[in-house]
Amino acid sequence: MPVNLFGLAKTFENRAEDIGLVQGHRLCPGCAAPIVVKFSLMVARKLGYEPVVGLATGCLEVSTTIYPYTAWTVPYIHNAFENSAATMSGVETAARALKKFGVLPKDKKYAFFVFAGDGGTYDIGLQSLSGMIERGHKVIYILYDNEGYMNTGNQRSGSTPTGSNTTTAPVGKVIPGKVQLKKNIVEIVAGHEYVYAATVSISDPNDFFSKIEKSLNFDGPSFIAAFSPCVRFWRIPDGAANSISKLAVETKYWPLYEVENGVYRVTRKPRQFKPLIEFLKPQGRFKPLLSRPDADEIVQRLQEYVDRRWERLLTLEEATKGKPIR
Amino acid sequence: MLKSWKEIPIGGVVDEPGKSREYKTGTWRVLRPVLHLDKCVHCMFCWLYCPDMAIVIDSSGQKPKMIGFNYNYCKGCGLCADVCPTNAIEMRPETEFAEE
Repeated sequence: MPVNLFGLAKTFENRAEDIGLVQGHRLCPGCAAPIVVKFSLMVARKLGYEPVVGLATGCLEVSTTIYPYTAWTVPYIHNAFENSAATMSGVETAARALKKFGVLPKDKKYAFFVFAGDGGTYDIGLQSLSGMIERGHKVIYILYDNEGYMNTGNQRSGSTPTGSNTTTAPVGKVIPGKVQLKKNIVEIVAGHEYVYAATVSISDPNDFFSKIEKSLNFDGPSFIAAFSPCVRFWRIPDGAANSISKLAVETKYWPLYEVENGVYRVTRKPRQFKPLIEFLKPQGRFKPLLSRPDADEIVQRLQEYVDRRWERLLTLEEATKGKPIR
Repeated sequence: MLKSWKEIPIGGVVDEPGKSREYKTGTWRVLRPVLHLDKCVHCMFCWLYCPDMAIVIDSSGQKPKMIGFNYNYCKGCGLCADVCPTNAIEMRPETEFAEE
């Protein structure tokens, strides 16, 4: 049975301790990271899984586990920035071994989650993520993509979009912010032999729920990239996380699709798309770029890029239909 | 608020799950969400989106119902007001509610 909103509300009501992340964490007001965590854990719980959570260093880790407090009510592990996937591989293997020796009940279902930011996924944790997928551990790796090292104050990462104003790639007279394009992490992950990879956005909860459900049922590693606006360094109003996510989906900036075992499927195809400028304009991080004289040219180039990527996705969907790798 | 070193367990152990509730994030709030129940359609969107799990609902009936907010933890981000389809949540400055 698919997970629905009223069913979730009836199950969890006001008991955040049943979800796994409780009140009192110190993330910024309006941060999307706890929403990503909440959505994922709720689905796992609702479907009868016991979540086990591993975190990479990042906003989520430092602000939910401030000593002597913790906001988690599920088994939780943090090791280092670069090895969250490797750590969870170990946890998953240990749970399997303990089940084999009868220490843990054999019929108990565990869901192993990794929550990592884009720094811990795109840049620093990439090799351990790749290793985890190659070894085939049944771990769900959830990336909350806030497009920069926001925990340490807005440094550029492999995920930062072109033209964004960051402290290490500021917009100036010579350089228009970050000049390189954003790394396409889902393609990198989908390049592995046996994996479920998907993109989700909090503005589309049903799609989010069904993708988490799919990854729970997938017999192997899963990777989910969640668009997670950072209210502080994207310079957007506190309550705008959802509307910005919505714009990202509607302007093709963050297409919602999944790659299951090499088969592409675009899960949301809006009939009409908005121009990319509508996504860039409300965000303060693009403001210095847009006030440059060559702004139109740069925006035009970005628009062409997202258009081409969307066309490519549709072509891939057509080409891989019914042709899984394994 | 902060405990002295004698009250903290030895070895940096956090001995209780979900202990962060002892820290009331509601003190950060600048804007306060106010619910207009006559407009509310109980769609549960605010409950779903609240990053601080600060929406209080009642699910004893057939359909869950929105009751109000947990002002101990609400940081006043206004995400609930943003996702509300009927504008039943209004963000008002916290100063209006300040006691003398």
